[in-house]
Amino acid sequence: MAQMNMLQAINSALDISMSEHPLACIFGEDVGYFGGVFRATSGLQEKYGKHRVFNTPLTEQGILGFANGLAAAGAPAIAEIQFADYIFPAFDQIVNESAKFRYRSGNEFNVGKLTIRTPYGGGIAGGLYHSQSPEAYFAHTPGLKLVVPRNAYQAKGLLRACIKDDNPVIFFEPKRLYRASIGDVPEDDFIIPIGKAEVVSEGSDITLLAWGAQMEIIEQAAEMAKEEGISCEVIDLRSIQPWDVETVAKSVTKTGRLLISHEAPVTCGFGAEIAATIQQECFLHLESPISRVCGLDTPYPLALEKEYIPDALKVLSAIKQSVQF
Amino acid sequence: MTNPQNVSLNVTQALEFIDPSALDIPTVSLLDENGHLVKDAVEPNIDKETALKIYKTMRFIRALDERMQAAQRQGRVSFYMQCLGEEGAVTASAAALKDDDMIMAQYREQAALRYRGFSLEQFMNQMFSNEKDLGKGRQMPIHYGSKELHYMTISSPLGTQIPQATGYAYSQKIPHINAENGELSSEINNITLCYFGEGAASEGDFHAGLNMAAVLKAPVIFFARNNGYAISTPADEQFAGDGIASRGVGYGIKTIRVDGADALAVYAATQKARQFSVETGEPVLVESIAYRLGAHSTSDDPTGYRSKEEESTNTKCPIQRFKGYLLTKGWLDEAEDNAQDEALREQILDAVKVAEKVAKPPIEDLVSDVYDTPIPLLEKQLEALKAHVKAHPDAYPTTAGRIK
Repeated sequence: MAQMNMLQAINSALDISMSEHPLACIFGEDVGYFGGVFRATSGLQEKYGKHRVFNTPLTEQGILGFANGLAAAGAPAIAEIQFADYIFPAFDQIVNESAKFRYRSGNEFNVGKLTIRTPYGGGIAGGLYHSQSPEAYFAHTPGLKLVVPRNAYQAKGLLRACIKDDNPVIFFEPKRLYRASIGDVPEDDFIIPIGKAEVVSEGSDITLLAWGAQMEIIEQAAEMAKEEGISCEVIDLRSIQPWDVETVAKSVTKTGRLLISHEAPVTCGFGAEIAATIQQECFLHLESPISRVCGLDTPYPLALEKEYIPDALKVLSAIKQSVQF
Repeated sequence: MTNPQNVSLNVTQALEFIDPSALDIPTVSLLDENGHLVKDAVEPNIDKETALKIYKTMRFIRALDERMQAAQRQGRVSFYMQCLGEEGAVTASAAALKDDDMIMAQYREQAALRYRGFSLEQFMNQMFSNEKDLGKGRQMPIHYGSKELHYMTISSPLGTQIPQATGYAYSQKIPHINAENGELSSEINNITLCYFGEGAASEGDFHAGLNMAAVLKAPVIFFARNNGYAISTPADEQFAGDGIASRGVGYGIKTIRVDGADALAVYAATQKARQFSVETGEPVLVESIAYRLGAHSTSDDPTGYRSKEEESTNTKCPIQRFKGYLLTKGWLDEAEDNAQDEALREQILDAVKVAEKVAKPPIEDLVSDVYDTPIPLLEKQLEALKAHVKAHPDAYPTTAGRIK
């Protein structure tokens, strides 16, 4: 075990992945010698060579097109999109190509060796274009897997799982926690399975569900609720696609209440899908309407970021409303 | 860095524009209309067996296209696309490759796949979306693909294969790179050839793919089929520059333009391009100029956007021209060739009758291959669907009888 922040944990997962396969490549804007704008790929070009860890021209659609081709040839392709806000020029390559490669060819070809890493989320005074959480757009596309870690330990284990998984995966990294999340992380290889949620703390009155950086917020809200005598069960979804319906439904069956929180705008956010599924699965166990504490349906603001974000106080308020319904 | 802006360092006092046509790009042509070598033409290194295979492939595709166009009109297949006029460009370029080089095509390149050995039955199974189709009946007719033949499955969105070809080619180069100095340590075994039309070259993926191939040095041949039309949009409404070739120079890519109706010239140009790529690990852009003699697809009618006069002045047939070359060489028995073509047309009709009777894929193929293994949600959806189909068998005759 070593103390690592999330960037070091990610770097460690990448290092292991590069040593594992002679064709594995890491590429994206500024990821080469510089090591990425957040330094997640620091030191890897020196270690594995310019031909396997390299800068690309500034073209997200090109990065993903290149990545699809590389992965189709059987090379682990680890592509970085510098900010999730800039993933949209690559939307066609991801949605029409990566996601459908295996299906459309009858498994003659696939891009299972593709992993896309991209920092997402707000709380860093990044305004409209350095703050977005675009996971729901991709959750609507069959063929992709989507994973979001909440801390350094989870980041390493989950990223290793994403790279080893034989499907295209988007790994959304909560950039607000890159340096803030520090904890014990094994230096050796380990895997945290994709598709399994984790019950982070047990409780009896209400289930709080989130992923990524929002976990910190709902855990904080759970502490505040505890002081008011409300027992919260806290779950980290970890994988958006496939998502662990069973673990969430089991918890909601027990507590009778569900609160979902994400930074992305509430309308058609992934919380909407969870709410629809859980009312189907747990209808007769529900004691109150499923609550969503999410971003407003606006572009991500700057000066009014504090008002916009679904903070612990908003979550606490919604917990109380749900329990008192 | 001595040259941080990465530009040529000549300085001038002349306040002059560079004219867009400054390059005046030539078109390589080796055979005249009758298939005779033109003056000063240097014949490429081509053997009788290869030349005959190119010719037989072109004849096969012409016959297949005619028969399947008719089959579509009879309502037997939903859709078809002919290669009419471009058989030479596609077949001869594929012939200049090694059989295990990767081909990433757009959609009109069935001749390249045939050259690699795709059987008549395989073509039919794909077009009839039956359970023997390698693509499991999931894509519209002509979206072929074969791992065995190193021919990437066709994707309808235009141009997406261009940056993918760069990535694929890059993987072919990695084992030949010396990690110490980044230089090539040996000649590259295999390259990638990427086909696309002049219309697709307007997509952002074209720019991304060529620029990345040039900068990252990927051994890929970009083969632009400039056939004059993107569905109904003529080339002069598609771009204002000198064809597609002029752009190669801008990206820093070795470039050559060739008469696409001259199979021998296409063969020579692609052979040269491949040689350059395997030796240097770098890309080449080949622009083929051949008029699209047919419609875009069976859903299209060219009489709505181009004149009879235009069509009557653009009639170059790559097959006739190459036939002339073969006859001159004494490599072709014309009587035998005609007999074979007659027999082929019969075989195609027979193959249609067989393929259209083969069952459609099973219901499980709805959810297989979305992921490597179906995720729990999909398994649940499939079970629910099966129960529904079983409850209403008359409404779903394709699968109802086969659900266990």
